[in-house]
Amino acid sequence: MAKTSVPEVHRAHTFIDPVKAHQRVQRRVLMNKIAHWMFSFTIVFALAVLGVLFYSIIRDSIGWLDWEFLTGKLSIRPEKAGIKGVIMGTLLLMAVVAPVTLFIGVATAVYMEEYSKKGVIQSAININISNLAGVPSVIFGLLGLTVFGRFFNLGSSVLAGGLTLSLLVLPNVVVASQEAIKAVPNSLREASYGLGATKWVTLVKVVIPNALPGIMTGSILALSRAIGETAPLVVLGIPTLIMKVPTNIMDDFTALPIQIYYWTLDTVLTEEYANLAAATIIVLLGTLFILNSLAIYIRNKFQRRY
Amino acid sequence: MLKTAKSRRRIVFEKMIPGILLAIASISIITSIGIVLTLVVDASHFFREVSLAEVFSTNLAPLRAKDPSFGFLPLIMGTIMTSLVAMVVAVPLGLMAAMYLSEFVKPNTRRILKPIIEVLAGIPTIVYGFFAYNIVTPLLMKLIPDLGAKNALSPGIVMGIMIIPIITSLSEDAMSSVPKIIREGAYGLGSTKLETTVKVIIPAAISGIIASFVLAISRAIGETMIVTIASGSSKKFTTSIIEPMQTMTAYIVEFTSGDAGSGTIGYYSLYAVGLILFIFTLCMNLLAKYIIKKYRREY
Repeated sequence: MAKTSVPEVHRAHTFIDPVKAHQRVQRRVLMNKIAHWMFSFTIVFALAVLGVLFYSIIRDSIGWLDWEFLTGKLSIRPEKAGIKGVIMGTLLLMAVVAPVTLFIGVATAVYMEEYSKKGVIQSAININISNLAGVPSVIFGLLGLTVFGRFFNLGSSVLAGGLTLSLLVLPNVVVASQEAIKAVPNSLREASYGLGATKWVTLVKVVIPNALPGIMTGSILALSRAIGETAPLVVLGIPTLIMKVPTNIMDDFTALPIQIYYWTLDTVLTEEYANLAAATIIVLLGTLFILNSLAIYIRNKFQRRY
Repeated sequence: MLKTAKSRRRIVFEKMIPGILLAIASISIITSIGIVLTLVVDASHFFREVSLAEVFSTNLAPLRAKDPSFGFLPLIMGTIMTSLVAMVVAVPLGLMAAMYLSEFVKPNTRRILKPIIEVLAGIPTIVYGFFAYNIVTPLLMKLIPDLGAKNALSPGIVMGIMIIPIITSLSEDAMSSVPKIIREGAYGLGSTKLETTVKVIIPAAISGIIASFVLAISRAIGETMIVTIASGSSKKFTTSIIEPMQTMTAYIVEFTSGDAGSGTIGYYSLYAVGLILFIFTLCMNLLAKYIIKKYRREY
């Protein structure tokens, strides 16, 4: 009891060992540096994965991707196989998906942004769209199989596939169009009303033209998602080997991702099928690259800022 | 004011527009109803003939001519195991990338680096499937000699790479939206960037980060082509990731492309699996939304 020197707490505060304190700071700074390195490694990792992916696909496709491959017809013999019909199938799919999603997507967005009052219907559609975006694509395949394939009896035609994919990417187009329409300033609408234009005329001549770059960017990105999708089409029951080149939307067809799928599966039988799959992947990735570049170009070139 | 026939037509037209647009907008609602109806109606045929006890057993033999059996546990296990591997890959890498992009680099550098991560999300899943089967599996076989040509490990890893961008971009958004004042408060007390990130920013952004994990899981559960190609179609119940497994999604693909005749019990089993899958992913997505809404901090 008589030992009344400086209380424990105070002593700790009064005598900080400068050496220890310095070491501690150094340790903390070092930890920070290590973390910085580790975290930046994730970017390197992503780059490395992309590098290995592209390298191995290009390596596998060398010698296989030539003009004859692009313009020839499908064949059981790998060295003779070409993907003219497959490319045609993907183009026809795009010809269905692009107008359908654009029409439904923009109309939905216009209704939500310009006509509907904040209320039950609007929030119902909103919740609905965000939930639809989370539904796995294979489920859309089951929907397409039941509704388009069997109920409307479209079988596994381009139209059935295209409509299925349209429903799949519709949420993307709606959300992008909504954002684009929202970004058109009210002053433009009011100027149009002030000149005596009706609501519809204002929409068609003022709002939509101004929102168009945003709408187009979103739609092109949605389209590029659609043509990379495989699962819904496989579930629709696209036949394995179609020799005939499809010419209209009622024909049976095969598209780039489906052909990659079948050829990858067939690698077990003949190793060369892996080369065909790799060459087709290059064509698919090339198409996606062009579409994405186009979307970025439109966004940078035409997007207005208010 | 004189009302000509033309202007009267115009007024009628103008009044019809909202109705027409509403009709088109309801297509998205009809799609949702369509999905639920399709799954429930056709799955009900299945559940009328197969007991729940059988569904939750490990005995899956849908194509056996005599007495086929539909225990979905092997499929559910396949889905869980591949998704688990994916999350083990994606959570640390995705979160570290998010911390790096949000806290450690300048905005200009971020603009250059972020697209590198996002490209990973833009690659079609079929390409990842090819990658998993033809490149990653042979590579892993050198490390693990027991690995089968089809296994759950390789598609799991590749799926993890695919979902990194989901975690990174959502977590990064959540972390970037933590106000600057809070960050500067931590710096002012002498914290390093790492300490600020781990002890201040992450706790503040935790709802967005957890939600990104949940959405990533949901995406992994619904992923189809990678697992169809690289994890095989074994119907055996197993928890070993170096063995082949079949996921729910792969089962649907195998059965439709195998063209089970319409109206058979095997055909209806597709919809039953689809329904279970739909409920799984829907719950995940709703959970993510709930987390964001409930635990969001307003500044």
